[in-house]
Formats: sequence, C-alpha cells, structure tokens
Amino acid sequence: MTAARDERERLSVEVWRGRDEGRFETFAVPHRANQTVLDVVTWIQRHAAPALAYRFACRVGVCGSCAMTVNGRPRWTCRTHVSKVAGADRRLRIEPLRNLPRIKDLAVDLTPFFEKWQRAQGRFTPTRNRADPLAPVSPESPARKAADAGIECINCAVCHAACDVVGWDPDYLGPAALNRAWTLVNDERDGDRRGVLQAAAAGGGCHSCHTHGSCVEHCPVGLNPTAGIAGLKRRSLLDLVGSGLP
Amino acid sequence: MIRPSRNHPGFWAFVAHRVSGVALALFLPLHFLALGLALESDAALDRFLSAADNPVFKIAEWGLVVLLTVHLCAGLRVMALEFLPWRDSRKGLIGLGAVTAVAVGAIFLLRVG
Repeated sequence: MTAARDERERLSVEVWRGRDEGRFETFAVPHRANQTVLDVVTWIQRHAAPALAYRFACRVGVCGSCAMTVNGRPRWTCRTHVSKVAGADRRLRIEPLRNLPRIKDLAVDLTPFFEKWQRAQGRFTPTRNRADPLAPVSPESPARKAADAGIECINCAVCHAACDVVGWDPDYLGPAALNRAWTLVNDERDGDRRGVLQAAAAGGGCHSCHTHGSCVEHCPVGLNPTAGIAGLKRRSLLDLVGSGLP
Repeated sequence: MIRPSRNHPGFWAFVAHRVSGVALALFLPLHFLALGLALESDAALDRFLSAADNPVFKIAEWGLVVLLTVHLCAGLRVMALEFLPWRDSRKGLIGLGAVTAVAVGAIFLLRVG
C-alpha cells in the first residue's frame, strides 16, 4: 500500500454513473503518493460505491483493459498517475471511452472494436505447421522493422476512442485494426498478406483515414498507427497498379 | 456526450485545410461571376477592376492568397505523408506549411504596400 500524503488531502472525483443516460457522481478520495487513476477508481468501488462497474486486469499496462476517459482524454488508467492529470485543484472527471457502446458506468462493450480487427483480417494465416522448422526472418529487413514498429499494441482501444473518423463513420475500421493489418502485411510468414491488404483497403478501411494523428497523440505505448495506415494506402495503390504483394 | 480530445497540431492542420478549402470553394463562383462580366462588355469588367483597386479588395486579396497557400501546403503535407516513404514528419510539415503561409502573406503585403 502506498502511504497517505496527508489524510486531509482529498481528490474531488466525478465519475459517470449509468449507461447512455446517467449523471456524474462526485466522490472525495484520499490523495496518496504515486496514486494512479485506476487506484482512485478502485478506492471508490471498494469504499464508496460497491456497484461501480469498471474493468481492469493486470494493473501494469499490459492487458489493455482499463482504458477510460480521464479529464476529457482517453488514457490507460493503470499507468496514469493522478499527479500528472489532476492539476492544482485536485479534480478528476472519469468517463467511459468514446466511440464504443456503453454497458454501465465506466465499462464499454469492446465487441465492435474486436469485430473490426476481424473485418481487417487482423489474424495470422500460417504457412507452416509445428513440424516445420522455424521460419528464418531477418530482424534487419525493412518489412520486419515496419512490423516490429506496430506489434506492441495492447488492444486498449484508446486510439479508437480518440479517432475523429471512428466517431464520424461507425463503419471505419479504426487505427488499432489497421495497425494490426499493417503488421501482417509486413509479416513475410503470413500466408494471405494480399487478402489482409484488400480487407484493410476496402470500404471503411485505410483510405477513410484523415491523417489527424489523434491515435499517435494518445497511444499509451507510443505506437504510430497513422504511419501504418499511410503504409497501407501506399501499398494498396501499388497493388492497384500491379506491383503489390505476391 | 464526451467531447473529443483533439487539441493537437494534426487536428488543427486538418481544420485549417478544411476551412480554407470551403472558403476557396465559396470564392470560386464569385471569381467566375467577376470574369463573366467580360462577356457583357469591356466597360463592365473595367468598372469591376477599378473597384478592385480599393483597400477592402486588397485585404480580401491578401486573405485569398493566404488561404490558397494554407490549402496548398496542407494538401502537399497529406500527399507527402501518404505517398512518400514514411518519416515521422507530421508536425515538421505542419510547421513548414504555417511558416510558408505567413511568409507568402507578408510578401504579398509588402508588394501591395
């Protein structure tokens, strides 16, 4: 447990309660040293509002399940320190992620998010089985470097919530699914890279991106989906003129 | 309704591109109407051209030049990001476009003044 900074120090935390219709409920939460926003939400659930719905698992920035809107900005709450976002007035406003259907309070339904990964063919198509030797892949090849640059996505949906185009066009695949597609298009072991490219460039795909870069600005692990989407646009154009993928 | 988190240069570059595009699209019919005066008579076009010498028109012309530069730079930026091999130059290109628009606007003012 982290030590209390001063028991009299309280954060004023507004939390969204309800689904689409609802209200903000304000809680006074003890301000502790090294406290994260997820610590705050957990304190509220354990001490003040047992019925509060929210989602978390690993608490160390790996599982991608605790993303919420904190003071108007989508963030991974387990790695967001209160001291970074609360300001001198010690106020927090915590809401669910944008651009996803709400379930209750701070929990959103991620089904449409993962359905878009499937629509973008964001799954590996193997070309070998377990009896075959490992595929030799040079870590220095440009394609592998491009794949490596996008591979650490934790599926937190922060980029999906930050993206204007997702908000405007519910059909748009979104930065995370397209980033995944880009890593597969660059994975020489994948057996259907052309299929991935075609799925990613179909209606509602990479060509809908307006290059605002909100995904890059908000990605908690520092990925650059805009770069991947630009890559998909270039590759689909090359594919159109007949010099694309095998 | 949660307000989107948009306050970053990439979004403002998009706004500048879109607003300048809409403004130029509104300008074009007026431009063609003015040119169309030549179809009526030489005198009608000359009257318009002499009216265009007054300072209000010069200010509007300056605005037009700046809008064209902003729109051109924003469009070239998007094309560079999407068609050239990727370099993480998103904000550098925005800065370059903004400086170019200010410079072109200043040069126009100096030449008119």
